[in-house]
Parts: sequence; C-alpha cells; structure tokens
Amino acid sequence: MYRTGIEPPERVWWKKVGRHEKVWVWIAFAWCMVLFAMMPIWHLRGGQNPSGIRHRVDPADFQARVLEFVQEYQVGTDNGFPLVEPPPGGDVYLQASQFAWVPVVRLRQGAEYTLHLSSLDVNHGFSLYPLNINFQVVPGYDYGLRIVPNEPGEFHVMCNEFCGIGHHLMVGKIIVEPADAVADAEGGDR
Amino acid sequence: MNPFRKCPTTGLQVHRTADRLIKANAVAATVALLIGGIAAVLVLLTRWEVVLLLEAEMFYRMLTVHGMNMLIFFIIFFEMAVLYFASAVLLNARVPAGRLGWVAFVLMVLGTLMVEWTMWTGRADVLFTSYVPLRAHPLFYLGVILFAVGALTVVGHFFAIITIARREKAYEGSLPLVTYGALTAAAIAAVTLLHGAIIYIPTFLWSLDMMNVDPQVYRLVWWGLGHSSQQINVAAMVAIWYLLGALTVGAVVLNEKVSRTAFVLYVLFISMASAHHLLVDPGMGPSWKVWNTSYFMYMAVLASMIHGFTVPAGTELGMRLRGAAQGLFGWLKRAPWGDPGFSSLAFSIVVFGFVGGITGVTFGTEQINIIAHNTLRIPGHFHATVVSGTAMAFMGITYYVIPLIFRREIAFYRLAKIQPYLFAAGMLVFSMAMTFAGTFGVPRRHWDIGFSQALFRPEFSPAVNLIMGVMAVGGLVAIAGGAIYIVVTVTSVFFGRRMAADDSGLGATGRGLPPGITSPPRPLVPEDAEALKPSGRLGPVPGTMVLVFIFLVAFITYYFVNWMLLSFLWEVG
Repeated sequence: MYRTGIEPPERVWWKKVGRHEKVWVWIAFAWCMVLFAMMPIWHLRGGQNPSGIRHRVDPADFQARVLEFVQEYQVGTDNGFPLVEPPPGGDVYLQASQFAWVPVVRLRQGAEYTLHLSSLDVNHGFSLYPLNINFQVVPGYDYGLRIVPNEPGEFHVMCNEFCGIGHHLMVGKIIVEPADAVADAEGGDR
Repeated sequence: MNPFRKCPTTGLQVHRTADRLIKANAVAATVALLIGGIAAVLVLLTRWEVVLLLEAEMFYRMLTVHGMNMLIFFIIFFEMAVLYFASAVLLNARVPAGRLGWVAFVLMVLGTLMVEWTMWTGRADVLFTSYVPLRAHPLFYLGVILFAVGALTVVGHFFAIITIARREKAYEGSLPLVTYGALTAAAIAAVTLLHGAIIYIPTFLWSLDMMNVDPQVYRLVWWGLGHSSQQINVAAMVAIWYLLGALTVGAVVLNEKVSRTAFVLYVLFISMASAHHLLVDPGMGPSWKVWNTSYFMYMAVLASMIHGFTVPAGTELGMRLRGAAQGLFGWLKRAPWGDPGFSSLAFSIVVFGFVGGITGVTFGTEQINIIAHNTLRIPGHFHATVVSGTAMAFMGITYYVIPLIFRREIAFYRLAKIQPYLFAAGMLVFSMAMTFAGTFGVPRRHWDIGFSQALFRPEFSPAVNLIMGVMAVGGLVAIAGGAIYIVVTVTSVFFGRRMAADDSGLGATGRGLPPGITSPPRPLVPEDAEALKPSGRLGPVPGTMVLVFIFLVAFITYYFVNWMLLSFLWEVG
C-alpha cells in the first residue's frame, strides 16, 4: 500500500526496495565512483592540476622577491609596467595588489616555469585570458605553479575575485614568444 | 479560544501560533525577495554592457544587496516558515514555546535591518562573501550573527516541536517523509549556522581591531557556512518536492528506506562542501581537495541522483495508480500543468537536475575547476540550483500555503498560472547563457568586461556580447516572473478573498484556487495497486526510467567535454 510524503508511514519503514529503483541506485553509485576516480587519474596522467608548491609568505617578503626578480631580468617597460623576461626553467613572480598585476612577463613557448602568485593586500583572482585558466590569489600564501606555455601570443591576466572599487581596472599581461623565433634570435646573436 | 483550528481541506489540526509564525516568516521572506529583486534588475542591467546602468561603486553595492537578500534573508526566512509548517502543521502538533518563536523572529529581523543599513549606506561594499581582509562596518558582521542566532533558535524550536509531537502522540507511526526531509534540513542548518558563528564572531572582533583573521582560514570556514547553507536549501527543496507532489497529484513514496537514506546522505558529509570553493586555492593540498570536494566519494551527489529518480517516479506512480496509465508518458500528458504548484515542481526538478546539478558536479571537480573558478560559469550554476530549483519550489508551495495557512484565495489566479512558466523559462535561458559566457573566461562579479578604463584591454569575442545579451533577456523574463509572484502573493495575503471557514462549495467558488485544493487527488485504496498491471521491462515507472537515462547521458557528456576542454590548456601544476 503506497502513501504520499505527508502521511506518516508505519513505525518500521525499512522495507525491500523494488528492482528498478535498485538498478538506478546502483547505476548512480557506479557513476559516482567514476567521478571520484577521475581526479586521482588526472593527477597521474593529466597535464593540468591545481597542486603547485604552496607556502605561507609574509606579504613584505613576497614584495621583496618580486622586486629582486624585476631588477634581475627586466628588459624594458610596457605601459608603465616593468617588462621582465626570466630564463626558461626559472621562477616567475607575479604580484597582485589593489589594482594591478606586477610585472608584465615575457615567456618562451614550450619552456617550463614556476609561476609564483601572491597578494599584498586582499584576495585577488588570477584569470588568464583568453585561455580561461583561473587560480585564487590569497594574501600571505605563495602559490607556485609549474606552467608550460604551449602557444605563442599575448595573454591578459584579469582579476576575477572582487578586490575593491577598482577591481575591473586590474589587468596584467603575459607575452609568450614562439619557440622557433626565440631560437632564431639566439642563433643570430652567436 | 481553542489554540487549534481544524483545516477544512486537509483535516489537520493547525496550531494558531504555528499559523502566525509561518505568516510572519513568509512575509519577511517576501520583503527580502522584493529588495533582492530590485537589486537584481540593477545588477543585470549593468552587466549588460549595452546598458551599463550603474556606476562601478553602486554596482558592487547592489551586488552585495542582491546576494545577502536572496541567499540569506529570503531563503532562510522562507525556510523558517517551512520548518514550522513541516513540524507543527503536518504533525498536528502544538508549538511549545510561542514566545521564543517571536524572540527568534525579532532577532532575525533586527539582524536583517543592521545588515541592510550597512549595505545601503555604503558601509559594507564587500559582496556576499565578505572575504577578509576586505573590511565592512562592524554592524554588518553583528547583524549576520544576530540573524544566525535567531535562525538557530528556530531550528532548536523545530526539534522541540517534533519531540513533543512524538511524546504527545500527535501522529501515529513514523514521521512523514516531508517532515523527515525538513528534519535533515534543520540538522544541516544547525551545523551550517555554527560555522557561521565560528567565522563571523572572530571577524566581528577583527573589524573592531581586536584580533587577526587569516584570509585562507576565513575562506575555509566561511564556505562551511556559504556552501553548506546551499545544502539546507537542497534538503528543504527536495522535501517540498515530495510535499508538492503529494498535494498536486497525490505522488507516492516508492520506498521510504531509499528516500530517507538519501536525505541522511546529505547530512553526513555536509561540512566538506566548503572545498568546492577552495579547489584552486593555495592553502590546501591535492588529497584534501579531492577527498573533500567529492563529499566522501560523491555520496551527496548519489543522494541527489536518488531523489531525482524517486520524486518523478513517485509522481508517475501516483498518477498511474489513479488511472493515468497510458504509454510511457501518458501521466505527463494528463498532469495538471495549469496548477502553478505542479508546474513549479516539474520545472524545479528539471532545471535543478539538468542545469544546476550537472554543472555543479562538473565544476566541483578539482582540475575542471581551473576552467570554472570565479567565471560566470559559477553564478550560472547556482542560479540554476538555488533560484530555478529552490526558489521555484518555494514559489510553487506558496500557491498552496496561501489557501491552507492564510485562508485566502489567490489573487490574479490567471497570472499565477503562467508565473512558473515565465520564471522557469527566463531562469533557464539566463543561467545557461551565464554558464556559456563563463566558458569564454568572462569573470563573475565584474563591473565592466569592456575594460574601458583599464590600462590593458583584453577583448572578448563578439559572441560574448551576444551571449550576454541573451543572458539579459532571460534575466528580464525571469524578473517579470518574480515580480508577478510578489504581486500575486502580496495581493492575495492582504486583499485576497477570504475562504469560508469550512470548505463548503469550494468547487464552485474556488476560481482562485489550485486544483489540488478544490479537487484534491483521491485517496488510494489497495485495489488501485492490483489494477495496475506491472508493465514491460522498464518496470512500474517506465517514463521515469527513460527520463533518468536521458539525464545520465547528458551528465556523462557534459562532464567529459569539460575534461577535453581542460586538456587543451597549458600544462599547469
């Protein structure tokens, strides 16, 4: 005898489940296991994981590291911001603060870098346009992400975490030079 | 005066204090909905670049107002009404501490007023999440604390009503499923509101310069409130699905054990929900993220997939038992689509499942979150869950609460009948367009994606402008639906025609009443089950079987398409 959901059932309602209902529960369960397995599998086999190297960092220390980074590898300026070209395989520092990303960096296609993100004041959001790669930037934490830019071009870094009244002004830039162009230029120098 | 009145429609004994508390909380919810709705129009017309209505500062302020009023004040006031309804009314029980109920209500109103004052005067431009160290006026935090204490008191009161009802034998047997679902919502609310206290009390002290709050710890604990409270909404919504099904078409419960276990699964892993917002944060490692974002291996997703089957299956079986047994979908054809309660139920299930559920699970995957975090995909997801799902279900049940509790007919009933269609269609277009725009990287919570004043100016493809236009049109249609809801409910409650003390002549005079009131689904008799021949290989609910498999295929497709999109990106890790 069936009841609606607003009628009290008898005291013991632990009854046998119908076959078709049971089938659906097991299918749903199996799908949930697939959902769960995909994340560890991607850590082993996939190229995109938000793991990174994570440390606490004092905002003042991070700012000092950014300054050092800029002084060591600056090659010019872009729109008033220092333009910095770190060596492939090295560390890249990107500092978020109300309302700018410092500095502008130039990378090489196919090379691996460790991109350090942190904030000097409030939460910010690293959003690489037009690729749509997004990370949270939290003050007091250094998020070191290994990246391999796989295509050349000019990319913008939008802030996508509300950080105050000038949030929408906060745009930075990452330039990726094509792998062969870099090789040619180096060949010419020698 | 007898503290109880007998409901002529359902025969239930309704405690008059419960009546009044339900009314007060429902009215407060509607006021919050109105304020949040006005803010919604302003925010929408600003994000539509063609209009760009507000200045930046006012935009962020109105976004704060919209978030707080909709996600906190409207939803939680309404849920307080649901708790009183599911306990005192459905169990024939008395409200033991009426005065305490009013104290809680006053606390909640006081908290709301404090928060409203700080927001509207520009003292709390910190958005809904108020991430430390963005700073708001201390009264903003204190207001939230008072509101949470009030709500927590109602939750405690709810537990007391159920306990006393059981002891005084107000009902026979076990708790009805709807009350059981509300009970899980209340349990989740207790845990959630405690998270709220744990984070807002230190933050209040921080705003007075009395202590420090770590930004990452804030995000962790705050989302224990922010996301877990969406689980209150889900549990309350599913309880209302069962309630609406019962009232409109006499939906049955296929198996109490399955549905109840699914409700319990919501409660067990609730605090883990916070992880959904921290997947691309620097504070936690991969194993913490994988384990927590999956809610203990997706057991809460399993719960939703179970309800997504049992609710339509119960509706189908309830209708088949009453004679609508033709073919696969004869029951859907015969369903009362003109009943705003039923259409709300149907749209709530479909949009919540197909758009909200699928996108939510996909974006909540650790790695896929890289291409979703803080883009418009996120509000696209939660407008499909909490608005098209929860708010839609709450609107649907209102068309029954007005006659059953307020004892009024529904004003402008014709408008009320089309309201769910407008609201659901608008929200569907709106949330899908938002989700789609987010795949292009369009950020959420952003005043101007034209970057007219920025030093560097990324340019979105013209397709994005078009999608944002579609989003705006969908949003406006939904807002029209929301406006109709407010006009209909306010007019009905304050000026609607009073129903007779008994329901005599209801069928004749009840033009402003949903069919579930004027001609309720007939009670089932054992012969109904015998008359219904078990049909074919798809079992007793073949229509639902087909529907859930369509759902599964959509789910699998969307999920793996997102992995594919992710794999094209730069290697990162």
